[in-house]
Amino acid sequence: MEPLSNKRKVLEAKPLNFLERIYLPAILKGLSITIRHFFKKPVTIRYPEEKREYSENFRGLHSLKRDEQGRERCTACGLCALSCPAEAITMISAERQKGEENLYREEKYAAVYEINMLRCIFCGLCEEACPKEAIYLDGPHVASDYLRKDFIYGKDKLVEAPLNQ
Amino acid sequence: MGLTDILIKFGLIVIIFLISLVIAMYSTYAERKIAAFMQDRIGPDRAGPWGILQPLADGGKMFLKEEIIPTNANAFLFIAGPSLAILVSCIGTAVIPWGQQLVIGGHVIDLQVTDINVGILYIFGVVSLGVYGIMIGGWASNNKYSLLGAIRAASQNISYEIAMGLSIIALLMTTGTLSLRHIAEQQSGFWHGHWFTWNVFSQPLGFLIFIICAFAETNRSPFDLPECETELVGGYHTEYSSMKLGFYLFSEYINMFVSGAVMATLYFGGYNFPLMHHIHSPNLVAVLGVVALFAKIFFFIFFFMWVRWTIPRFRYDQLMDLGWKVLIPLSIANIVITGVWITYFK
Repeated sequence: MEPLSNKRKVLEAKPLNFLERIYLPAILKGLSITIRHFFKKPVTIRYPEEKREYSENFRGLHSLKRDEQGRERCTACGLCALSCPAEAITMISAERQKGEENLYREEKYAAVYEINMLRCIFCGLCEEACPKEAIYLDGPHVASDYLRKDFIYGKDKLVEAPLNQ
Repeated sequence: MGLTDILIKFGLIVIIFLISLVIAMYSTYAERKIAAFMQDRIGPDRAGPWGILQPLADGGKMFLKEEIIPTNANAFLFIAGPSLAILVSCIGTAVIPWGQQLVIGGHVIDLQVTDINVGILYIFGVVSLGVYGIMIGGWASNNKYSLLGAIRAASQNISYEIAMGLSIIALLMTTGTLSLRHIAEQQSGFWHGHWFTWNVFSQPLGFLIFIICAFAETNRSPFDLPECETELVGGYHTEYSSMKLGFYLFSEYINMFVSGAVMATLYFGGYNFPLMHHIHSPNLVAVLGVVALFAKIFFFIFFFMWVRWTIPRFRYDQLMDLGWKVLIPLSIANIVITGVWITYFK
């Protein structure tokens, strides 16, 4: 049959010649390769002491941002939760009271904002969906823990630290 | 034989026993380190500086693990297996000459536990007993993986013992003695007259056969079919846990040490080293000889590990092919060549 591409390679099963059949030259070649690796620099990164740099577009832990005056930007519109393909985000909104203008930028804010880190696939769609530039996946990776409930991160872990403290 | 002599012998036995145990312990560490370096990793480095306490941690773990004897196993033989394995690998060191005689305060100290005139036969006997530990352990476990591993071990050891014995016969034809002490003395120095004194230079083919068989006898890769963790779960020690497993693993490393010592003594001049005749203090020569012997042994242990991390395992039929169809005819040919050479050129 005519080959469809010119990539086909015809292999012949050649009988081994004497040097190949006694294996020893091949073994010596292998030994020389391993001994060369023996003197190479190891590529290991000793993890807890040394850490590999995250790449610039690494998507890690979410953080809820504050504006220039230190007020939470999130207005609990729910677009992030809607856009989330893994349904990892839930929130409960609340109305801003008088005297809380220095805490929340908009008249509505998220009283509860939870992300289940075991569901999250770190796709970054919440970041894209947010009209207020309130959520970014700019943290490190999620730390390990023992219980499933401890992977549901609330506002205490997600909201950025206040500006001047 | 006075009391001092008995005490000296006893001390020597204890020292050699301790040395072989410590070397076996640190061989496990060396194995992991060498494997790591050959794979561009760094290996264990958490227990102590550079991880040198790792063997102690491993040993402690082995001792503290739960001891399991399967219900359907034969309890007596199940315990006898690893005991036999470690016992047999430890007594092999008795006939190795570790160095020349030391003279301290008028006492002549032989650096050899016993110089029996059938030293090589003794080593052979001990080595062939080694397979019983594996056989008994594998059979007593009452598990098909263990039994398969044990059967493989038995047939492999029997096949390669023949080639090993035949390669030794060619060596014996040139040395004319079975005593390891005499064989070591014959290789004194490095260069005599117009040729090297070490046996490896007069018996290169014999040495090649011997070292291949040594790999098979110690169940080291590429002949590690009895353990074969990718095919047989764990081979003959599948059912073993705790220190009984530890003894099996340990006996493998002691076997490596012993076969390194035997190879160094038979083929690489034992405790002899180049230019030893230019040093005039006999005690210094003896001490340096011990150092030289251990350097050779460490090289062989390194070589065992080097090969392990280079060559993949043989298939079972290839193993048998190599043993029966290649090594045995080769070693017989080697005997014939040696015989012709002795008759016409000596």
